[in-house]
Amino acid sequence: MTVNPRLYPLLATIGIFMLAYLVCWMQFPYMLSTRVVGNLLTDNAYLGIVAVGMTLVILSGGIDLSVGSVIAFSGVFIAVLLRDTGLHPLAAFAILLAVTTAFGAAMGGVIHLLAMPAFIVTLAGMFLARGAAYMLTIESVPIVHPFYETLKNAYWLMPGKGRLTLIAIVMLLAVVAGALIAHRTRFGASVFAIGGGEQTARLMGVRVGATTVGIYAFSGFMAGLSGIVFSIYTSSGYPLATVGTELTAIAAVVIGGTLLTGGAGYVLGTLFGVLTMGLIQTYIVFDGSLSSWWTKIVIGVLLLLFILLQRGLLRVSSLRA
Amino acid sequence: MRRTFTRVLPQLLTLAVLMALVTLFFPQFLAVDYQGGRLSGPVIDVLKRGAPVALLAVGMTLVIATRGIDLSVGTVMAITGAAAAWAIASGWGAGTAVLLALAAGLVCGLWNGCLVAVVGIQPIVATLILMTSGRGIAQLITEGRILTFNDPGFAWLGSGILAGLPVPVFIWILTAVAVAILMRRTALGLLVEAIGINRSASALAGVNARVLLIAVYMASGLCAALAGIIATADIRGADANNAGLWLELDAILAVVIGGNSLLGGRFSVAASVLGAMIIQTIDTGILLAGFPSEYNLVIKAGLVLIILVLQSPNLASEWYFLRRSLTQRREPKPVPSRVKE
Repeated sequence: MTVNPRLYPLLATIGIFMLAYLVCWMQFPYMLSTRVVGNLLTDNAYLGIVAVGMTLVILSGGIDLSVGSVIAFSGVFIAVLLRDTGLHPLAAFAILLAVTTAFGAAMGGVIHLLAMPAFIVTLAGMFLARGAAYMLTIESVPIVHPFYETLKNAYWLMPGKGRLTLIAIVMLLAVVAGALIAHRTRFGASVFAIGGGEQTARLMGVRVGATTVGIYAFSGFMAGLSGIVFSIYTSSGYPLATVGTELTAIAAVVIGGTLLTGGAGYVLGTLFGVLTMGLIQTYIVFDGSLSSWWTKIVIGVLLLLFILLQRGLLRVSSLRA
Repeated sequence: MRRTFTRVLPQLLTLAVLMALVTLFFPQFLAVDYQGGRLSGPVIDVLKRGAPVALLAVGMTLVIATRGIDLSVGTVMAITGAAAAWAIASGWGAGTAVLLALAAGLVCGLWNGCLVAVVGIQPIVATLILMTSGRGIAQLITEGRILTFNDPGFAWLGSGILAGLPVPVFIWILTAVAVAILMRRTALGLLVEAIGINRSASALAGVNARVLLIAVYMASGLCAALAGIIATADIRGADANNAGLWLELDAILAVVIGGNSLLGGRFSVAASVLGAMIIQTIDTGILLAGFPSEYNLVIKAGLVLIILVLQSPNLASEWYFLRRSLTQRREPKPVPSRVKE
């Protein structure tokens, strides 16, 4: 049986996750309870959602540095909207998603029209979103609303008393939606084509401009959704929240096996990338004697491993060709 | 000299306009006091507080000129600061601490450079690795605490006075001048630019791109180490979590404000350093003028957007055709085709 070499990074990601879980389980048998799994999904829900958007951006060969700020902006926006107006949270969600999607689309438009690197354009977006959050408020605004309580406490009891919370379900749905969009639609095919080479994609008839706008709009939408989930998770909006989440999301995407130069990768891998990073943190909590800075070092080492693995695979496949 | 002046003219004008604006809201901005052997005043404060970003910008300019980017400089500041504080806390003295910090910066740069030039990883990812894991390393050195120390010699580097001016001001100005001279009085600057414009072509022309790339990242690490020493000496303590946090973005911004293209090629150290001063003037100016500091980020975003429009290769060709059609109105118009790289 031959396995498609394109699947190697994905298989490596899943393999490392399984191996890590096995090691954790041998040391702490409780790790294999649905409670731990439920918490793992809930605690990383916002990161997973934003990483799905980031996967599409990276597949196209771009990068989106604005997402962390957009999440913070979303929380503050909802909190202030609910505090100052009588809007229902659902209406606030709708307005917010429209705003963040438009924001992403605008960044995509600027990237395409000015032909400037995504890095610097989204850096401006990062400043802008964080600045907008600061201008709304500079303190933490609590969200007090009966509907929020309902959302926060909604869960499905898994066998073994583990709780699959609503936000974890939203995250899993986002992964499925992202995977369908990336791998089963014309838009997704265009994203892969642009990631493979913009000139080639243009010659093949891909509408590069519209696709670029769509990619960053999708990332903006996911960042908004992630902001909603984060506000449910923390029941507040804080303009200083989620600083640096964009880099964690990029790291999750890379550990998930997506090629940073674009054009190859799987949305499903990103989910495992996020879970692997969450697992490291869970292990450190279980252990109790390790310091939290080991998380950063282990994530750095994992990043390096995956990048080297990708370089190696590229070399192997170019030798074969 | 004259060419340098025309190159940095836009930055100088921006700085002048900004200073005039701040003076409008806060009339004492330009006032400089001389008391007890030291100059003091808002302008001196800008020069001193801008030191870390200015130093980072010097190294970042070289990296960006090779079409790279160094995201790890903020983290390298934390590592070198922690190394210096650890050396002093262990009783090794200020001189050893400085040397150890500089060596740590060089090692960080060597690591980045090897990943970029030898392994062939994109710069943004290669430096991302150190950026994420580096703070963990810094915390390993400080054991998660804020390492404080009391060494007048080392603290002098951060808060001392030399000839009436704060010491950090001398450090960044000397570094910038030294790097500029090294780059422009030798062929080094030209070679760095050649790599940024086309690495394979420059390699074919006989430039040792690999060694030069590593050297450039090491220079960036060295600049970050200097910035880390100043930051640590200033507060007499090493904070692994917050030293240099997000300063890499300010440094990149300074380089971009300095009119250097992120796509590599021609660079100007002087313009980047002026860019750093522009950022610091905005920071300090907003505080002094009594505006809420929330506006700071929005103003930065606006600045980046303006620069993006000015630098855009798409608009450049359009402006070129606009100018041509204005000057050659009587001749048949050239077909304005959008040139895209």
